[in-house]
Amino acid sequence: MSNSKLPNYLEHQGKFKGIFGWIFSTDHKRIGLLYMYSIMSFFVVGAILGLLMKFELIAPGKTIMEAKTYNAIFTLHGITMIFLIVVPGIPAIFGNFFLPILIGAKDVFYPKLNLLSWWLYIIGAVVAISSQFMNGASPDTGWTFYAPYSFKTQSNVLPALIGAFILGFSSILTGLNFIVTMHRMRAPGMKWLKMPVFPWTLYGTAWIQLLATPVVGITLLMVVAERVLNIGFFDPALGGDPVLYQHLFWIYSHPAVYIMILPAMGVISEVIPTFARKAIFGYKAVVISSLLIAFVGYFVWGHHMFTAGMSGTSLFAFSFLTFLVAIPSAIKIFNWMATLYKGSILLRTPMYWAVSFLFVFMIGGLSGMVLGALAINVHLHDTAFVVSHFHFIVFGGVGFAFFAGIHYWFPKIYGKMYDAGWADTGWIVFFFGFLLLYTPMFYLGIAGMPRRYYDYVPEFHFANILSSFGAFIMFGGLLIIIINLVRSARKGQKSEENPWGGKSLEWTISSPPIVENFEEIPEIK
Amino acid sequence: MTENSAHDHYDHEGSKLGMWLFIFTELLFFGGLFIVYAVMRYKNGTAFGLAAEELDVSIGAINTIILLISSATIAMSITAIQLKKKKLTIILLATTLILALVFLVNKYFEWGAKIEHGLYPGSESLHQLGHGEVLFFGLYYFMTGLHALHIIIGIVFIAVMIAKVQNEKLNVDRYVQLENAGLYWHLVDIIWIFLFPLFYLIA
Repeated sequence: MSNSKLPNYLEHQGKFKGIFGWIFSTDHKRIGLLYMYSIMSFFVVGAILGLLMKFELIAPGKTIMEAKTYNAIFTLHGITMIFLIVVPGIPAIFGNFFLPILIGAKDVFYPKLNLLSWWLYIIGAVVAISSQFMNGASPDTGWTFYAPYSFKTQSNVLPALIGAFILGFSSILTGLNFIVTMHRMRAPGMKWLKMPVFPWTLYGTAWIQLLATPVVGITLLMVVAERVLNIGFFDPALGGDPVLYQHLFWIYSHPAVYIMILPAMGVISEVIPTFARKAIFGYKAVVISSLLIAFVGYFVWGHHMFTAGMSGTSLFAFSFLTFLVAIPSAIKIFNWMATLYKGSILLRTPMYWAVSFLFVFMIGGLSGMVLGALAINVHLHDTAFVVSHFHFIVFGGVGFAFFAGIHYWFPKIYGKMYDAGWADTGWIVFFFGFLLLYTPMFYLGIAGMPRRYYDYVPEFHFANILSSFGAFIMFGGLLIIIINLVRSARKGQKSEENPWGGKSLEWTISSPPIVENFEEIPEIK
Repeated sequence: MTENSAHDHYDHEGSKLGMWLFIFTELLFFGGLFIVYAVMRYKNGTAFGLAAEELDVSIGAINTIILLISSATIAMSITAIQLKKKKLTIILLATTLILALVFLVNKYFEWGAKIEHGLYPGSESLHQLGHGEVLFFGLYYFMTGLHALHIIIGIVFIAVMIAKVQNEKLNVDRYVQLENAGLYWHLVDIIWIFLFPLFYLIA
């Protein structure tokens, strides 16, 4: 199938020209790239906001901003990073681009709905961000919109809530689209258990998107009604219950963590076998554990609320289930390790990212176990420890997997190779900065530094300096990575069709792929 | 390759699967509200019972019957299109649409009467009644309002179906959209089947 005469998706001239050929394209590959460009732009904004917070925390007391500004910045940082980046993240980018290719299909089941999802994403993003530019203060609730503050505060919470609601719709439609695609469009001969691991993780993710997102959608609408109409569901002054809000919020937002991490695990499950030159060890175990994570992930939301006031029985149940969900995650880690064992390992940039993913993900996971223990949680709740755990697992998980994925699939997406020297430099700088940024926060949390404060006692100064320097270094690494990728996409050397010796379907087609991926739909034996 | 041929494929089963998934999403969407209802009712049982007596059971019952009939007519329209009876299909769909409009008119008068009595979220007289009543009417307006919004979307959906049957975009070989409209309409119906006893009957 190589040396195709058909135009590739980057050159193909459809109904519309220029930019309209992209923003009105229903080609899953173009939509994947649209997501990537928008998500990466927001990511740079979110990272700069994070950097500003670290500037503020470099010394006790007021450094560069007032407490209220700090509150607004961590709120916007959270909303951007969660709703605009890691939740859509890997499914929207690599899922869109590679899911149809990996299962041997020409496109997703609903190409137009797919484009609509991207438009909803953009509209949701614009609405959410408009809260910053309206009269009155920027939202200052944190990304969790906890009641009753979220409807008592005078700041512009309303557009942020509505924006998040619209973004939820975008996420639901993507999930729906992927499920139907996998049910109906697998190439002939591709039985369920022949599907690669990445589509499987997208499958688990899609079910969570479908069944958990509407709960937060309705919850956000209730807060909107609370602000506009005073309906009182979460207002103690009217007989409502603010803790009920927390339950409803986490019923979605905990599974949402698996929306983020499952596709990341899927990417790693593609990268490691390719560079270990072995089939993934225990394929069925990896698949089943993915679905188990998606399932058990529904029932652990209460661990966000150990100090919010619950019965002893619920506390024990939620703590137990939290430990339970660690088992399928650990199964995956062991399987990746076993895949590496006696493999003929090729160390290239994607593999560096994948291996460092294992490292940071394990730290994130094990610190999660610490937080899942009831007694310790009371001490660590709402401290910097939680922030560190969360960033190790979500940023370390999703971020590292994303960078593994983008370097892995870069030659396929653009038909060009990135500059390996700069890519490796970017990785090592980023990795070092990452560890320096978040490791001291474990210590700070144990020592008692609360999160979401712009100030701290002088005893915490040294660790905060380390952490802030880590942030600067990591941001430098990020710039190197992004600039290198942008430059290579424009001027990189032409790449082979299968530079890594990958075995899955995307490596059998031309780079960049033709418009409908395959000249002939492949038969899977 | 001017047109993306991936757009032309027709997969009846796949489209129906997509609609079912959407219905799951909708159920979970309302599910959040049913949880809130359950918690609030558990905490304010007596007040909920008293507040329910303010609602007009007969209007609620009439609306229930209207929706049940409309579900039947839309189901019949799907059979009609399979039997190639275009005119009958359109008549049945139009009946569904009119019944949906009647439902909304009833709803309008029902809400109007409540609001005239000062029973709406944030009103003075509601707040004098106590917490249970505030929450009951908050839920009443929120849940029936969201349901009414679904009725309105359904009306648009059905109107589009009528147009598509008329110009034969939907026919005996390709009628999955009509079937999906039917599925959606049954969903709207079944949610009402739960709302009716929860608000009107348990007193």
